[in-house]
Amino acid sequence: MLSIKNLHASIEGTPILRGINLEVKAGEVHAIMGPNGSGKSTLASVLAGREEYEVTKGEVIFKGKNLLDLAPEDRAREGVFLAFQYPVEIPGVSSTNFLRTAVNQVREYRGQEPLDAVKFLTMMKEKMKLVEIDQKLLSRSLNEGFSGGEKKRNEIFQMAMLEPTLSILDETDSGLDIDALRIVSNGVNQLKSDKTATIVVTHYQRLLDYIIPDFVHVLYKGRIVKSGTKELAMELEEKGYDWIKEAVDSEATV
Amino acid sequence: MSKDNQILEDLTSKEYEHGWSVNMEADEAPIGLNEGIIRWISAKKEEPQWLLEWRLKAYKTWGNMNEPTWANVHYPKIDLQSLIFYSAPKQAKKTKNLDEVDPQLLEIYKRLGISLNEQKRLEGVAVDVVLDSVSVATTFKDTLGKLGIIFCSFSEAVKEHPELIKKYLGSVVPMTDNYYAALNSAVFSDGSFCYIPKGVRCPMELSTYFRINAANTGQFERTLIVAEDESYVSYLEGCTAPQRDENQLHAAVVEIYAGAHAEVKYSTVQNWFPGDKNGKGGIFNFVTKRGICAGDHSKISWTQVETGSAVTWKYPSCILKGDYSIGEFYSVAVTNNYQQADTGTKMIHIGKNTKSRIVSKGISAGKSQNSYRGQVQVMKRATNARNFSQCDSLLMGDRCGAHTFPYIDINNPTAKVEHEATTSKIGEDQIFYCNQRGISTEDAVALIVNGYAKEVLNQLPMEFAVEAQKLLALTLEGSVG
Repeated sequence: MLSIKNLHASIEGTPILRGINLEVKAGEVHAIMGPNGSGKSTLASVLAGREEYEVTKGEVIFKGKNLLDLAPEDRAREGVFLAFQYPVEIPGVSSTNFLRTAVNQVREYRGQEPLDAVKFLTMMKEKMKLVEIDQKLLSRSLNEGFSGGEKKRNEIFQMAMLEPTLSILDETDSGLDIDALRIVSNGVNQLKSDKTATIVVTHYQRLLDYIIPDFVHVLYKGRIVKSGTKELAMELEEKGYDWIKEAVDSEATV
Repeated sequence: MSKDNQILEDLTSKEYEHGWSVNMEADEAPIGLNEGIIRWISAKKEEPQWLLEWRLKAYKTWGNMNEPTWANVHYPKIDLQSLIFYSAPKQAKKTKNLDEVDPQLLEIYKRLGISLNEQKRLEGVAVDVVLDSVSVATTFKDTLGKLGIIFCSFSEAVKEHPELIKKYLGSVVPMTDNYYAALNSAVFSDGSFCYIPKGVRCPMELSTYFRINAANTGQFERTLIVAEDESYVSYLEGCTAPQRDENQLHAAVVEIYAGAHAEVKYSTVQNWFPGDKNGKGGIFNFVTKRGICAGDHSKISWTQVETGSAVTWKYPSCILKGDYSIGEFYSVAVTNNYQQADTGTKMIHIGKNTKSRIVSKGISAGKSQNSYRGQVQVMKRATNARNFSQCDSLLMGDRCGAHTFPYIDINNPTAKVEHEATTSKIGEDQIFYCNQRGISTEDAVALIVNGYAKEVLNQLPMEFAVEAQKLLALTLEGSVG
């Protein structure tokens, strides 16, 4: 589904990603871990098409299309979803209104009829259960005055509504208490299928107790320096990142 | 970032939708302004002597006044002597009903999307249409007449209801008020008159549609709304003009009188031609709008969505004379390209326990300049006056300007006056967030801007609100950055 080859990206001339290679197949869950500043969030942003980042080398193929050629909205319409680490507030625009615009634009792109108000609300009601989100929250201005947990839950709710094929969760666990973490993870797990894939970007192993990854990759200095399975995450939790950093850094000096 | 600017650029450079004009034979006054022209206009309209004298007095007053320069707008000096002060589409004869209206005129309004047919009733809107200098058609007169409501062109009112015109004309905006009001008083051509008798709630929205068609013409209309005690009316005003290279002057006066327990809601969607994207052409919109809450417990509410005009100079105001009277001002002013707007309100608290509320939302894009100018004045007698002002500015791109000039003048220690102001930019973060959900940049801007202006748009009657939302999006097309 997703094939990243030798991806290099920089921001304002500073290289952040220095040759990422990653293959993600339908049905898989990949966790991207790594110390602060290793480029985890950059990878998520580059895939979603944030403009501050300049891709200097490499390619990303998503469902047979060159993802990097597509505008951010077209990537979304093709089925790439990014759950933001810091969801953005849009005053005066209700979540409902926002989502209806989004869902219908995505549908239009996919050659589907727009949903009328009734169908849309029915769909919303159904998806609301997944993340135990309250109707009241959705009639409020998007993310404005939401608690950290509410914002993250709203992200997963949007994900449920947009039915992406590739979901990228950027530090969705940060700032969540244990209950919210459970609710958010439940939502993600229920949305998984053999036709979709998930990339979980996280600093801690904690989230991976709930969302079980098939593969774990460690990002350091803009490269994937180690890949493994769930056990690698456990090992990192136990030993920290220093041993990996040391290994990589000593190799570099040799 | 530059890509966003590009998108904004494309979006904002969208063309004005109502830029067409129709070649019609017109009955025009000779070019220029002098006493003779005023006599010419008055004679043309078969006006009574007193009104001619009133005009001439205004003309004299105007002659001793100077063009105001305090507004934060810059434009070349207007050569009034090169303007035509009266232009009427030539119609064979006076018309009594729509069937007799020149089909070419009806065509113009059809293109504007205004139905003059009585089908309009379905939408509950009665319309008066002013083309260039004259009112060409008013709908629903009969329905309204049964309730004692008068809704007609100003000229007709002068003939049919001279006592009302004599009583109220210039009572809220005296001819001495300012340069443009004095000019309007001297040369005003037509406009709408609306009278709601005591205790009557007007069952439909009353609406006037203004259109400048002729070239080199100034439009000077005059609107007078009188709401007697315990009456209610909601009034809408819309306007467009053809796309022309030269600037055109529009200097209107609107007066509102509200008796005890009366309520008047006045909504405007102003979409005069704003000039092209290089700042060429466009309407100079110098308008004086004022209402007086004359009776106790009366209320006047102004709502305006200002998207057009090259230069706007406009301060719809309330004189809160009656005790417990309420004044409101809700405004969204959008400027793009080289547009300039200096707009706001005046709330003059005279009566006791008077309240006013100001919500102003400015949106600047392109190379435009957008100023809010508001005055809150609490007079000595106005015990327990309350005012709340909120004035927000939204900037798009980095070449536009937003300015705020609040004046507060308090002469009574019991007054409570609050002023809140914010300035924000449409964030790239917000746009990217929308993009990531599949929303195009253009729609993202529309969504964000409409969210920002929601509090004001909510004040508009339903049908108008939808129009206004579209208009906002259209005006800002191509302006995100």
